Amino acid sequence: MEKIPILRMGPFLLVTIQVDLYDRLALNLEADLIKTISDTNAKGVLIDISVVSIVDSFMGRIIGNIASMSKILDAETVVVGMQPAVAITLIELGLPLTGVHTALNVERGMELLRAKVNLDDYSSSEDEDGYEPDDQRDY
Amino acid sequence: MTIHLAKMRMGMSQMISVITKQSMLIQQDQDVVPFRNRVKECAVKLKMGLVNQTKLITAASELVRNMLKYGRGGQVVIEAVSKRNQFGVRLIFIDKGPGIPDIALAMKDGYSTGKSLGLGLPGTKRLVNEFDIESAVGVGTKVSIIKWCNG
Ligand SMILES: Nc1ncnc2c1ncn2[C@@H]1O[C@H](COP(=O)(O)OP(=O)(O)OP(=O)(O)O)[C@@H](O)[C@H]1O
Ligand SMILES: [Mg+2]
Repeated sequence: MEKIPILRMGPFLLVTIQVDLYDRLALNLEADLIKTISDTNAKGVLIDISVVSIVDSFMGRIIGNIASMSKILDAETVVVGMQPAVAITLIELGLPLTGVHTALNVERGMELLRAKVNLDDYSSSEDEDGYEPDDQRDY
Repeated sequence: MTIHLAKMRMGMSQMISVITKQSMLIQQDQDVVPFRNRVKECAVKLKMGLVNQTKLITAASELVRNMLKYGRGGQVVIEAVSKRNQFGVRLIFIDKGPGIPDIALAMKDGYSTGKSLGLGLPGTKRLVNEFDIESAVGVGTKVSIIKWCNG
């Protein structure tokens, strides 16, 4: 099954959405991300949507869900690279992306996460229980 | 107020000519993305600007999802239309689902029978230039929208 890769960058996770998401793919991403956050003790999630041309209420809800679930797991979510036309449309649609921070690009998003997150208590779960991401373990 | 009402009554029936027309069956989630692509092609041919294109396709996406979720799928007609010197895209969504008992209520921000955000219909109305909904319980629902290129 097609899958959206989740990249691990230290205490943060990076997801780049490359295609206009099919619904099932989007739901899988939501589940995968939540699992990866809890497995890796990640402190932040960056969702890069710079090549996404349409965000409707379904996609918006998925992003919102990811943000609120992450929050429960003590991680912040930043959506980066939203196209101006998408941002304008979301406002008119009336979609509240509550709990979601936004940034211009991945670098800015990382800065924002670093500023928001207290990394003092971050200990990579690798140190504790030798966690390896699924995709490494599989090969 | 009178002028406003008169305008509303004229609605979209007024002297709209259809330039091209195609129709698509929508039966499953996987039909959403190809449908959006067809709408985009139509808008691009008419040289619709990016922001209006994005609004149109987002509106189309909302309505097609409603059709799948509540109307058990249906048919969409995609048209390039013109009215006087304006060009635009008209989309007509027709389903034979359960229908909507109270349209005014369904059009309210936040109203949903599907435990969702309830912003598909009211949001769509804000995103397009013309919005028309007809529904009969037990018969089905028909929604027509137009986005003008310069609208
Ligand atoms: N094609 C349809 N057939 C039958 N009922 C419909 C149809 N479209 C919408 N409805 C009804 O109108 C309500 C409002 O629709 P709307 O799209 O505004 O919100 P939603 O789909 O519930 O939530 P959201 O679009 O935010 O995910 C729906 O909950 C449903 O009861
Ligand atoms: Mg809806």
